[in-house]
Amino acid sequence: MVKIYVPIDSTALSLGAERTAKKIMQEAQVRGVEITLVRNGSRGLFWLEPLVEVETAQGRVAFGPVQPSDVAGLFDADFTQAQADKATAHPLYLGLTDALTWLKKQQRLTFARVGITDPLSLEDYLAHDGYQGLKNALAMSGADIVKAVTDSGLRGRGGAAFPTGIKWNTVLNAPAEQKYVVCNADEGDSGTYSDRMIMEDDPFVLIEGMTIAGIAVGATQGYIYLRSEYPHALKTLNEAIRKANLAGYLGENIQGSSHTFHLEVRRAAGAYVCGEETSLLESLEGKRGLVRFKPPLPAIEGLFGKPTIVNNVISLATVPIILDKGAQYYADYGMGRSRGTLPIQLAGNLKHTGLVELAFGATLRELLYDYGGGSASGQPIRAVQVGGPLGAYLPESQFDTPLDYEEFGKIWAVLGHGGIVAFDDSVDMAKMARYAFEFCAVESCGKCTPCRIGSTRGVEVMDKIVLGKNHPQNVQLLRDLSDTMLNGSLCALGGMTPYPVLSALNHFPEDFGLSNKEAAA
Amino acid sequence: MDNTLSHEQHAQIQAHIQAHQHVPGGLMPLLHAIQDDIGYVPEVVYPEIAKALALSVAEVHGVVSFYHHFRTHPIGKHVLQICRAESCQSMGSAKLEAELKAKLGVDYHQTTADGNVTLLPVYCLGNCGCSPAVMLDDEVYGRMSADKVTALISEVCHG
Repeated sequence: MVKIYVPIDSTALSLGAERTAKKIMQEAQVRGVEITLVRNGSRGLFWLEPLVEVETAQGRVAFGPVQPSDVAGLFDADFTQAQADKATAHPLYLGLTDALTWLKKQQRLTFARVGITDPLSLEDYLAHDGYQGLKNALAMSGADIVKAVTDSGLRGRGGAAFPTGIKWNTVLNAPAEQKYVVCNADEGDSGTYSDRMIMEDDPFVLIEGMTIAGIAVGATQGYIYLRSEYPHALKTLNEAIRKANLAGYLGENIQGSSHTFHLEVRRAAGAYVCGEETSLLESLEGKRGLVRFKPPLPAIEGLFGKPTIVNNVISLATVPIILDKGAQYYADYGMGRSRGTLPIQLAGNLKHTGLVELAFGATLRELLYDYGGGSASGQPIRAVQVGGPLGAYLPESQFDTPLDYEEFGKIWAVLGHGGIVAFDDSVDMAKMARYAFEFCAVESCGKCTPCRIGSTRGVEVMDKIVLGKNHPQNVQLLRDLSDTMLNGSLCALGGMTPYPVLSALNHFPEDFGLSNKEAAA
Repeated sequence: MDNTLSHEQHAQIQAHIQAHQHVPGGLMPLLHAIQDDIGYVPEVVYPEIAKALALSVAEVHGVVSFYHHFRTHPIGKHVLQICRAESCQSMGSAKLEAELKAKLGVDYHQTTADGNVTLLPVYCLGNCGCSPAVMLDDEVYGRMSADKVTALISEVCHG
């Protein structure tokens, strides 16, 4: 019986994958063609979604994008015999999936299984190297596991890029009866969706990573703090956790060992600031998501006052391959102090959007043009925001910057969570600067004054600048205000809102009604 | 809209309070459970929640009002969220917002006259590869236009 794959990932669903899947089942039944329909994750080529794949002796063959109205035609072309002449002549035929240029050039480590397996099949996960990392970890001491993570060079993929191993080591050495592992799955940055894809398309890899973290530092309880905007991820995670418990991969005596690790998903409630780790912990404790002062670090006094690892989804989902293939294998990818790979998310006004996992070091230009294919509108790409709503806007002159934490730091930009949002030449950068303040005002937790008040004053001063009122004074005021927010805010929300604002002002002064000289004043 | 609770709704809330009473950090899951069932978190039950979780009514109010997701009043039969974040802006979400507001005859946080649809802003749905995106109830839709969204609304409202 031929296997047909139709993705169940949210993005594929948002483009009609559910109806396509139903139509394929109906049509197969009517025509008496025997098929097995597998709902896989997305391969991450969003302009081809819903991407339908057919298993053949040579490998999986792709057709896309397949709308329900295309299904009858595909059956007419005997697409289940995907390598026969009749099927290869179909206009939606794309050839072997693995041979598609977009995928062939990628270095998928964290995303190795995404799009290939059925997300909720534990058998599939095991058959594709799943739980090899845990197997190795169970034979190691906590200190050795932490050392492997440290040696891999893995840094926090949520955006802050703090070395994961150092965080783990602090928790390992903090004596306490109870410790916690918390996964930050409050992926609120515009232009990012890699966390969502991992949770929906390969949930066991996150569960495995958290379990390894728990075993390493002696934590027996884990929480995944998941944003409420991801209902599909919630269902998938809960089901995967249920299956992992049944199979002895969670709970007590994991795989016959003396280790215990319980895992639970907790839903967030639409507050962007709860992506900040201390605000997240407050929220998990059932409180308002107010940012905490640091120190104490969460690694010393975290959830319910206990030592806590707080890591992003991608950081935790990368741990299994490090423990499976070894720290050096992972560290061999990348450049400078940015080791390993980064799952990059192409978004916004691009012809080809989707997930590209590459070793650090590729340039923005390669991603925007070689992968992204230029703008979707056909107009020139004018500005690119990297790293979410708190990331800087980059002009064309900076497109040759390699994706590397330090290289981005040098041009006063951030790599963040690896989201890249492209804008064509219709963008008004003064509006985007105003929006950055507006967003900060909506999402500020209100604890510190620079963020709470500064964001609203920022909207006001931007309005005056756009209207051309007292330009030199108001631009000076904008810079002063940004300086206060940068240096006086408690967390990155207020502290980094000046990144999009000032980068827009510095690189695109004409949108503020200013000459270069006036903008610099 | 009617804001009083039926006996059945009150019983549901009671059951949720009991189930979450001893859960560490149980207030958030409890509020979700109530809103999932009732459609909102009725202010009249704050005292019961507070008592069961050993909190003050002010603390319960503080938490409910902090999070955009929680609401204290009934809303329309369906919820339409339009993404306002940067990626969707780069693909014309401002125009989509304006057109949908005009078509539905409501602004954000308002419900259509027929009680069918409540319009809400949202900051990122994680569908940034297919902007502009909207969410209708629990389903995300990508590469949207006002016409496509209107068609989706009539589909969910009229089957």
